[in-house]
Parts: sequence; structure tokens; C-alpha cells
Amino acid sequence: MTARVGVVTFPGSLDDGDAARAVRIAGAEPVRLWHGDPQLHGVDAVVLPGGFSYGDYLRCGAIARFAPVMETIVDAAAGGLPVLGICNGFQILCEAHLLPGALTRNQHLHFRNRDQLLRIESTTTAWTNAFQPGQKVLIPVKNGEGCYVADTATLDELEAEGRVVARYVGGNPNGSQRDIAAITNPAGNVVGIMPHPEHAVEALTGPSLDGLGFFTSVLKHLVGAPA
Amino acid sequence: MPRVVVDVMLKPEILDPQGQAVANALPRLGVNDVASVRIGRRIEIDFTGEPDLDRAREIADKLLANPVIEDFTVHLVETDEPADARS
Repeated sequence: MTARVGVVTFPGSLDDGDAARAVRIAGAEPVRLWHGDPQLHGVDAVVLPGGFSYGDYLRCGAIARFAPVMETIVDAAAGGLPVLGICNGFQILCEAHLLPGALTRNQHLHFRNRDQLLRIESTTTAWTNAFQPGQKVLIPVKNGEGCYVADTATLDELEAEGRVVARYVGGNPNGSQRDIAAITNPAGNVVGIMPHPEHAVEALTGPSLDGLGFFTSVLKHLVGAPA
Repeated sequence: MPRVVVDVMLKPEILDPQGQAVANALPRLGVNDVASVRIGRRIEIDFTGEPDLDRAREIADKLLANPVIEDFTVHLVETDEPADARS
């Protein structure tokens, strides 16, 4: 059976098409989900793509959090549904309190758009089990508000529990605390990442194929997951 | 009808790069005696009936501010114009 991976489109989403394509290249069936539809249509996992949902009005992700589809996703994530939030999707996961902390304006105030080296720190999550611990991957980063912040206690907890999923190496593009590029929830099914793995899945358009690992990971996870 | 005003500010320990950029621009105006600038957000809420401060606090806590990085205050201000004149 082919895994079905939902990709949510909010008003202002930009990378939903690329995310759906990455799901397909990884060998799963992408299922387009609509922000206003609370139904998840039987998907096995969900990707919240990058972009500027609801115009990023108020704060990035603050309004998307209240979309009907998000209410369902928050409940399903508590039940173990794998959820990957990329860029704006990461911001939405933080606003929805599925992940701790917040993403704030890049410290240097500039939008950063470049190919970025990351070190995979945790390979036990639903979205990173196809990587080797410490593996370096090259995927594009493109954000204006990607500076991860949390209080010291939260940061220490993330580190102690192995919930920092990826860190920037070779230069921190946005001032994120402790070079954090991606984190996970305690159960490891919800991952938020600021750079864009869906843009690094084929040689024609990406700097590498490293991003594919996030999408093949969830397929491995679903095969191994108890029904 | 009084209006509810919600002021949202970044917590003191959160870096405010916008405020810093403004502070760094002030010497170009010839202003050299400003130690720091912090930028926040003011939200004005007109209720259809009597202003409800508890409801406004709930709105601020759930949506207008992100308590992870921001603090907010809620207060009433008198307005001359009736709320329903602002369509």
C-alpha cells in the first residue's frame, strides 16, 4: 500500500507544490489538503509547507494556527500522526504549541536565501530516521523570520532530550539560538525545520538530493509504525 | 463608548532587531542621547456592546500576543466617536 502524505495549502502558501512533488519523488502519494477543510482524508502523515500563510499578518503562523485543518492536525499529532512543518510550517507548529519556542525576525534583519549546510543531530524522529547521526546535508534556506528563540530552560530541555534535530553549520543564517535549524516534540512525530528539504530532491532544481531523506524517513517510519 | 487598547511588546530578554535598527539610525538625525529603542504593536478593539476587558485579555493571550516572546497590557481609552460610526 502506498503511503498517503497530506500537504496543506493555506492562503499564502508557496511551497505546497514542491512539497507534494517531494512526497511523490520519495515514493508516496501526495494528498492536497485545504486550510478550510477540517478533514484529513485518511492521510498517514502531514506536511505544513513554507510560504506566508494569511500574509504573515500579526505574526508568522499566528492566524494559520486557527485554520479548521489545524485543529484536526493538533489532535491527530497528539495521537502520533507524523507532522513536518517547513519554514512557515515550523512557525505554525510553534504558534500551535505543538513545538516549544518561537521564530523571530532574522537578527540581521535581512532575508536570507542560500544553500545551507546542516548537521543532523537526531535520527530517531519520524522525519529523520533515514539519516546517519551527525550527517551533513545541504538544503536551501530562505527566510526572513527564522531566528529560533526559547528560554534557557526550554533550550536545555531540548538538548538534554535529544530534541534538537538539525543545526546550522558553516554559518548561522538568522541568529537562531544554539544554531538550531530543526526541533521535534517529545514523541518525535512532530518536526519543525526552517530550511527547505523539499527544494533539494532532484538534481535539476536543487543543490543536492539531501532533502529527500526527510520524506523517505516518514515512509520508513510508517512501515515500522504499529497500525 | 470606551475602546480597548492592547499593547504588545517583545519581552525584555528578546532581541528586537527592528528597534536596534531604528536606534542606530537616530544619530543620522542628529539624535545622540537615545540609549535604546524597542518596537511593539498597539491594537485597538471596539466591542459591539460594553467593552469586555476579560474577553480582550483572552484575545490578546490566544492570538494578539505570543506569550513565548511577548508581553501584553490591556486598558480602556475614551473615544469621542461612537464605535458604530467606524464601519
